[in-house]
Amino acid sequence: MIGAGIIKGMAVTARNFIGSYFEADRLTTVQYPEERDEIAENYRSFPFLLFDGADPEAGLRCVSCKICEKECPPQCIFIIQERDEKGKPIKRPKVFDIDISVCMSCQICVEVCPFDSIKMDKCFELSGPERFNALLLHKADLEKSNEYYHQIRPIEATAVDEALAAAAAKKKAKAA
Amino acid sequence: MIDAADQIFVIAKRLLLSLLMWAPDWVVQVVSSLMNVAAVLGVFLVLFALISVFERKILGRIQNRYGPNRVGPFGLLQPVADGIKMLIKEDIVPRGADKAVHFLAPVAMVAPAILALGVIPYGRNMTAFSIDAGILFFFAVGSATELAVFMAGWSSNNKYSMLGAMRAIAQMVSYELPLIITVLPVVMIAGSLSPDQIVAAQNGYLFGLVPKWFVLTPWGAVAFILFFTASLVESNRTPFDLPEGESELVAGHMTEYSGFKYATFFMAEYFGMFAVSGLAVTLFLGGWHAPAAFLQFIPSWIWFFLKLSVLLFTFIWIRGTLPRVRIDQVMKLAWTFMLPMAFSCLLAAAAWHYISSAALGWFSSLLIVGIAYAGLSKILEARKHLSVRTYQFAE
Repeated sequence: MIGAGIIKGMAVTARNFIGSYFEADRLTTVQYPEERDEIAENYRSFPFLLFDGADPEAGLRCVSCKICEKECPPQCIFIIQERDEKGKPIKRPKVFDIDISVCMSCQICVEVCPFDSIKMDKCFELSGPERFNALLLHKADLEKSNEYYHQIRPIEATAVDEALAAAAAKKKAKAA
Repeated sequence: MIDAADQIFVIAKRLLLSLLMWAPDWVVQVVSSLMNVAAVLGVFLVLFALISVFERKILGRIQNRYGPNRVGPFGLLQPVADGIKMLIKEDIVPRGADKAVHFLAPVAMVAPAILALGVIPYGRNMTAFSIDAGILFFFAVGSATELAVFMAGWSSNNKYSMLGAMRAIAQMVSYELPLIITVLPVVMIAGSLSPDQIVAAQNGYLFGLVPKWFVLTPWGAVAFILFFTASLVESNRTPFDLPEGESELVAGHMTEYSGFKYATFFMAEYFGMFAVSGLAVTLFLGGWHAPAAFLQFIPSWIWFFLKLSVLLFTFIWIRGTLPRVRIDQVMKLAWTFMLPMAFSCLLAAAAWHYISSAALGWFSSLLIVGIAYAGLSKILEARKHLSVRTYQFAE
């Protein structure tokens, strides 16, 4: 019969139309600024620097070894080592800049870091008013606490903490 | 009290006109007409704004999305944002265009749609222009939109516009025939071409419950469905929106229009939709009559606009359901199915009217449309050559 298929189709759309008001799982749209989906554990955006304790200057794990700077494929990391009054190098970066307009989130800096001091962040809302300085993150912007790391990647952070504790214990046993 | 609510606009207009006691007769006439025009324009512009957002919302819900909900509460201010956007956009006229015709086409498109809105009775004593041959007038001005579409397509000097306009002419002229022939049974039974008389002919209730609307008779139901389908084509709505089919023709006759002229085309499309739905309500759904005797306390104009919104929802519902058909399929449907069915409605209405026993008349008219439908289905489906498709190069 002519038109039977049309009625069948209209029933399908009517079911969807009415269902969208009563079945919450039909509407899959996440209304972004107000609602957010949970981000996956392994999602990564750009690197940040980890510090232990409360003071970012004292607790910073980075020793300014510059391995990450050398390994970085697009060369977006720029480090100047701190020196004391006599010009003797101190194991601390004076300048640590990451240009996130250049960074390609490859995580090579994280993999090469021997001190577990550089990790990948999850923050993706990084748009700025202009292209250059707003996207050049300085040391103060990059420093984030170990608690923050635990918050964004609980599994990985716990593993890193355990490994660091084991290494410290081994060192202590060797010294004793 | 009930009567006052029903006649509130009529009384308000009479009060306003009584301020013109001192003026000569012709001034009162002109002012009265202008008030009618202003009322029709105002109501339907608001309805246009509302439907532009509700259409998107309903389509969204059909596709399990939210639809626009960012501008204002529930996205209701979306048409304001759209209107501002349309107004401040650049108005581009192609170098090769026929400038005068290009300018006139949107105006010629929207004017007949507004004129057609004038003859529809929106409530008791609420017809903007009450003329005896209102139905005739409706179709006379309604067919003028075809000219406007072709003006737009021709003057744009663009192949897509031209093709779109040619398709529009082809389908609109073809469907004018079933559209008008499905109206004929109603005119025949009501014995008048005046919309007010046709609404009056649908007054009354069987057992105080079942209204005597023409859609509830066998011939009326079929004629209503045919009329609705033909009106989908006439207003270039999906699934018959091939004059502006964006996948192959950019935007058809509207390709070379931008800014407010483009918005005017959209307005004309929606006004045409309102007009033809309003006529369907008038002809088949009992106009402004309440669906049951005990519901008559609700003002007549509320009933009219409720029925109108049901039809407009169906327009959108169909748009959310059916894919666009091909031009040859549109033409085939018009000449091989719609037209014979429309004629069978005419016959059925005659049987319904002339057979003196009501039950027998009802049954015989049902039989006539039933036979026509079953026969046409059988013939048309037998001519479909469906077979399993073989792919030559896919292996």
